[in-house]
Amino acid sequence: MSEYIEHDSDGISVGLVEKKHLIFGHPPNQMRLESGALLGPVTIAYETYGELNADKSNAVLVCHALSGDSHVAGYYREDDPKPGWWDIMVGPGKGIDTEKYFVICSNILGGCMGTTGPSSTNPSTGRPYGLDFPLVTIGDMVDAQKVLVDHLGIDKLLCVAGGSIGGMQVLEWTVRHPELVQSAIALATTTKHSPLAIAFNEVARQAIMADPKWMGGHYYDGPRPDHGLAVARMIGHITYLSEESMRAKFGRRLQNREAFSYNFDADFQVESYLRHQGQKFVERFDANSFLYITKAADYYELERDHGRGSIVEAFSKAKAKFLVVSFTSDWLYPSYQSKTIVQAIKRGGGEVSFCEIEADWGHDAFLLPNERLSNLIRGFMENVSSSIRR
Amino acid sequence: MSVLRFADNGIRFDLQIIASWIRPGSRVLDLGCGEGYLLRYLKDNKQVKGSGIEIDETKVEKCIEKGLSVIQGDINEEILEYSDDSFDYVIVSQTLQQVYEPAQVLREVLRIGRYGIVSFPNFSHWKARAQLLFTGYAPVTKSLPYQWYDTPNIRVITIKDFRRFSHEAGFRILKEVAVATSEDQKEGKIIRMLPPLRASYGIFLMGKK
Repeated sequence: MSEYIEHDSDGISVGLVEKKHLIFGHPPNQMRLESGALLGPVTIAYETYGELNADKSNAVLVCHALSGDSHVAGYYREDDPKPGWWDIMVGPGKGIDTEKYFVICSNILGGCMGTTGPSSTNPSTGRPYGLDFPLVTIGDMVDAQKVLVDHLGIDKLLCVAGGSIGGMQVLEWTVRHPELVQSAIALATTTKHSPLAIAFNEVARQAIMADPKWMGGHYYDGPRPDHGLAVARMIGHITYLSEESMRAKFGRRLQNREAFSYNFDADFQVESYLRHQGQKFVERFDANSFLYITKAADYYELERDHGRGSIVEAFSKAKAKFLVVSFTSDWLYPSYQSKTIVQAIKRGGGEVSFCEIEADWGHDAFLLPNERLSNLIRGFMENVSSSIRR
Repeated sequence: MSVLRFADNGIRFDLQIIASWIRPGSRVLDLGCGEGYLLRYLKDNKQVKGSGIEIDETKVEKCIEKGLSVIQGDINEEILEYSDDSFDYVIVSQTLQQVYEPAQVLREVLRIGRYGIVSFPNFSHWKARAQLLFTGYAPVTKSLPYQWYDTPNIRVITIKDFRRFSHEAGFRILKEVAVATSEDQKEGKIIRMLPPLRASYGIFLMGKK
C-alpha cells in the first residue's frame, strides 16, 4: 500500500510529528489474548495529531492495514522523503481535519513498527520471540488500542476509521466497545475474508516459510528471509491492483530494454514493478509479522465472535453511526462484502450510509487521492460531530 | 386557489406538500432520495429519523455530505432488506415512473411502512396533451423535461391511471393532492378543478388494506 505515498500536492501537512510509546501489561498483569495466552509487557507505538479539546469529544482513532504503521500523516524530520501513509486524508482541512479532530493511530499488535510483535524481545528468553509469539487476533489488536485510548483519558471516540484490515478493526471496535464508538468509517473491508483472500494470504505465507533463511521463524541472529517476504509482498500487490489498472499502468511494456532478454530478468514493467515493491518492503517489514497479521485477518469473523453466526445479531450491538465505502474494481474485498455489512446494520436497526465509489485502482483505491472519498469522510464526520454537540 | 409559498425552506413545492403530511418524529424512508433535499428538510423541521436509498453515486455523496444516512443501491433490491413496519412513512417521490415493477415496489412500500407517499409527474397535463395533439412530438414539459431517447422515465403515469392502478392492485388511497408548480418549482398551487388536465404532479398518501 505504501508505494503511493507522496507529498501532498497542495503542500498541506500536519508537519513534524513524533512517534510515542506506551508500555503496559507488566507481569503479573499481562494482557490476556483471545487465544488464552498471556502477553506482557506490551509496547504500543502511537502518534497523535491535532489537539484534544477540553471535553475530550473530538478524538478520532485511525486503524492501519497490513503494512501500515502509526505514522498516518506528517513527517518525522524536515528532510523525510515521504509523509505518513494517509497524509492525503489526515491533515489541516483534509478529509479527517486535524484542525478539528484529535487523531490517534497506533501500530497494531503483532506488527513490527514499534508495537510488540514477533520481532520484539521475549522477556523470558531475552531474545526475539519469533514463533514463540502468541497468535493475536483482530480483537486483541483492538484491545491494545483500547488500552491506549484509556491511557489518553478518552472515554468516547468520535470516530474510528480505517480500510482493509484496518476496516476489520473498525468493525470490531463498534461491537466490542459499542459505548465508546460514536461513529465508524469502514473502507474496502469485510467481516470475514473470502476463501480467495485466505488463499492469497496462504500462498504469501508459504513463500516466506519456504525461504530457507526463515529457519522456523528464528532468523533474527542471521540473514532474514528477504526473498520469501519479497515474494509474499509481490503476491499482495497483485491483489491490490486490478486487471484494468495493471493494463493501464504497465500494459505489456518492457522495462529499460527494447527486446526480450531471453533469460529470467525482469523484462516486463509489471515484473520490474513487483520486484521493486518486494525489495522495498523487506527493508521495512518483518517476515514473521507478515505471517501473524495475515493469519489474524484470515481468522477474523465478526458474526461468529459477536453474533453466534448471525451478522445482524452482531451489528445490533453496535451504537455507532456507520459510513461504509467500497470501490468498484476492488476484487480482494469486493463490494458485495460491504453491502452485506450495510444490510446487516440496517436490519439490526442501525444508522448506516453506503457509497460504492467508481474507481479503477482495485483494493488500493482507498489509499489514493480521491475527492469523493475525502468529501464523504469530511461530510460524515462534520455531521456526526455537530449532532453530538447539539 | 391561491398560490402557496412556504416560508424560506427552499425545497420544491411538491416536496413541501409531502413534508406537510408527515408527523414530527416519524421514521421515514425516502426511496430514490436524490440529493436529499426532502430528507434534510424533514430532519430539520420534523425531527424525523430518516434514511434514503439512491442509485446515483454523485447524489449519494451529496446526501452524505448533508449528514443524511443514505445507502447507494437499487430500490428494488434494497427495499426487500427491511423488516415489516420498519417505517411510519415510505416516500416514493418522482421515482415510480422509473420503476420497472411499480406494483411490486408499492406492495413492499406498504409492507415496510405504515404509509406510503407516492408522487409522480402527471402525463395527462394539458400541455403534454396539446404537444402531442398539435405537434405530433412526444411531450417535453417542465415536469417531464426529457426527450424520448434520454428519459429515465420508463413509465408514463397519469393521475387517472394511478387511481385505477391502485384500485386494481388493491392499494388504499387515503389522501390525494394534485399540484401545479411554478417554473422554479418552489411555489405552486393545489388543483381542485380538473386535476388530470391541470396538475403537473399527483401526490398520494397510501395505506394498508
